[in-house]
Amino acid sequence: MAARMQMGVSLGFHIIFASIGMVMPWFMFVAEWKWLRTNNPVYLDLAKAWSKGVAIFFAVGAVSGTVLSFELGMLWPTFMEHAGPIFGMPFSWEGTAFFLEAIALGLFLYGWNRLNKRVHLYTGLVVGIAGVLSGIFVISANAWMNAPAGFDWVNGHAENIDPVKAMFNKAWFSQAHHMTIAAFSATGFAVAGIHAILYLKNKLEIHKKALTIALAFASVAAILQPLSGDHAAKNVAKLQPAKLAAFESHFETQEKAPLIIGGIPNEEKREVKYAIKLPGFLSFLAHGDFNAEVKGLEEFPEEEWPPVPITHYSFQIMVGIGMFLMLIAFLFLAGTFKWKHWLEKNWWLKLLFVATPLGFIALEAGWIVTEVGRQPWIIYGIMKTKDSLTPMPGIQYTFYTVSAVYLILTFIVTWLLSRQIKLLHAKYL
Amino acid sequence: MAEINLIILIICLLLYVILGGADFGGGILELLTRGKASQIVSKAIAPIWEANHVWLILVVVILFVGFPSVYSTVLTALHIPVLLSLLGIIFRGSAFTFRHYDIDEERPKAIYSKIFQYSSLFTTFFLGVTLGAIILGNISLNYQQDFYTAFVLPWLNWFSLSMGVFMVLLFAFLAGIFTVSEINDPQYIQYFSRISRRLIVALVVVGALVFGAAQLNGHPLFFEFVHSPMSIVSIVLATLALPVLWYQLKRLNRVMLRLIAGFQTTMIVTGWFAIQFPVLVKIKDGADITMQSAAAPHAIQFHLFLALLVGVLIIFPSMGYLYKVFKFDNPSAENK
Repeated sequence: MAARMQMGVSLGFHIIFASIGMVMPWFMFVAEWKWLRTNNPVYLDLAKAWSKGVAIFFAVGAVSGTVLSFELGMLWPTFMEHAGPIFGMPFSWEGTAFFLEAIALGLFLYGWNRLNKRVHLYTGLVVGIAGVLSGIFVISANAWMNAPAGFDWVNGHAENIDPVKAMFNKAWFSQAHHMTIAAFSATGFAVAGIHAILYLKNKLEIHKKALTIALAFASVAAILQPLSGDHAAKNVAKLQPAKLAAFESHFETQEKAPLIIGGIPNEEKREVKYAIKLPGFLSFLAHGDFNAEVKGLEEFPEEEWPPVPITHYSFQIMVGIGMFLMLIAFLFLAGTFKWKHWLEKNWWLKLLFVATPLGFIALEAGWIVTEVGRQPWIIYGIMKTKDSLTPMPGIQYTFYTVSAVYLILTFIVTWLLSRQIKLLHAKYL
Repeated sequence: MAEINLIILIICLLLYVILGGADFGGGILELLTRGKASQIVSKAIAPIWEANHVWLILVVVILFVGFPSVYSTVLTALHIPVLLSLLGIIFRGSAFTFRHYDIDEERPKAIYSKIFQYSSLFTTFFLGVTLGAIILGNISLNYQQDFYTAFVLPWLNWFSLSMGVFMVLLFAFLAGIFTVSEINDPQYIQYFSRISRRLIVALVVVGALVFGAAQLNGHPLFFEFVHSPMSIVSIVLATLALPVLWYQLKRLNRVMLRLIAGFQTTMIVTGWFAIQFPVLVKIKDGADITMQSAAAPHAIQFHLFLALLVGVLIIFPSMGYLYKVFKFDNPSAENK
């Protein structure tokens, strides 16, 4: 259990830093591009300020990623020994993409005075593209754990391994778009929220510009996300029916299955209390047909159930926040194209501030949904998590240490960013 | 095919030792110096460090894709020293970045610097200890026996510890040479040349002690060494290069300095690997993990090679560009 928690903490930490490191380069790229087009020095300041943020997040994301590549083996050696050769290909590609990202970022950060302006702008673009690619590769490896492919499992060993099939497994595409869009939405709203509160206090042009760039990305992402989520859910229904049933605490197999919103699931009594039920909507969500049959948890032996309440709550949180962010996105579009005065109003800025952490909460919830929802399997249907654990006793101490380190890092990064903002203000006020 | 991937693995490891070594060594060197000298080191290393970790990640990826049992065995039996190295990597990487990007204030900078310096030392030491444990062969695959024998003794021994010290000196030496070839102020060139020369002497002494420690821990490393022609040649070449390096430290040919230091490191790694090949991880009671027993099937090796090849074709030109822009264009320009 400590091992699972450690993996959870490490990944949960890495996922935030990696998402920011993957999305913020796009913001700084747009800011620099705007500077080149408009010659407004505020955009240059913004690009520089953001690039410092990117550097901090990238570096911390890189060390936490390096650590993860070891942790997988330190905690789940049996899993890695069998799975490594099969799902290793996306990792090797990820290595390349990450390397390219690191090099391009180095050029971007230190090259302001050494590179031609256009070339400098393009190095920023390369950082963004390489970041997204490396994210997609890692997701593809994770998707393989959900939808194992590209091998035959013979007597506890993998044979006839086909790494290409493993990489392009049935879950990779839906997970990749869902996660990438989530990263853009979460980072966009977080950045926008911070600049919103700063703008509320000091009406500086730089915050306004920052707000607009971040929100533009976030809004597109937030509006696309429900579509992406729908595709992902249909895929889960096909590939991992037990997981889908756990999302919704759907115990009995039935046609016209209801969509259960909220509520408290009770595993023993196999019921959900205090929930809103929309008849037929789960059938529609899972299979695109209000009358379709949706398999319930009863179809599966209880020892193969994922922990239902955690999966259920996480799924509800993720979807709920997703809907809320989509609403904000529509408000932003309305404000941009029609009711321009909205965007200067205090309630709007406060609303954005409230949304600052929401995207990341949804992102973490979604990650819990996919990881906890896969339990008890580490490779779905092939290998159980408990069978792959390291034989070393005392793993909880490793967990405490790693958690403490990550906690400290989170505090320091937050503190650093607040100091950077002060630095920026010192220039303008 | 497995052989080719193994060679690439060794090359990545070597690049990590040389480039990452100069980087880790930078922290150790800062610890050995004070005031302005210490700042000179950090300035010389700053612009390229972000890229260096990738060599380690490549090593890890090649291991778990191409030689999965090496990966799982090392990370199970050597969980503790690996964890300690990782903690060090987190601390030094973060502290370095924080130091670089925080507002210019004395106190926090001094704290980041201390963390960076000590964790550089700490990480390097435990990387050496881990490597030593892989060479020595005190690892046992029977994890059910008592905790101490299974998870502590493989690395807590004279040989592994001496490897840790050797690694610290090697990395500091690489950073020293790197710094000398990077700066212009004659006073500090003198200063860092002197430090580098002292580190060379220490390296030779500890290098000899490593063999002694192996003997002490029941691993006839010296015997195996004299029976491996290739490692004799490597070590002899590395030693012969020493007077040349010494001379260049006086003459200050920057390119030559780096080339020789890189060459010597390459020879040390080659020498080590030639002794134990085809064994990858030495195991107690002779059940060693060899290249043949660890290699994943041919199809995997092929795809791994392909991925690495494409990676190299993308990475090396961009890496070269990075070095060109920052290191050779205009060495005296401000980096910030």
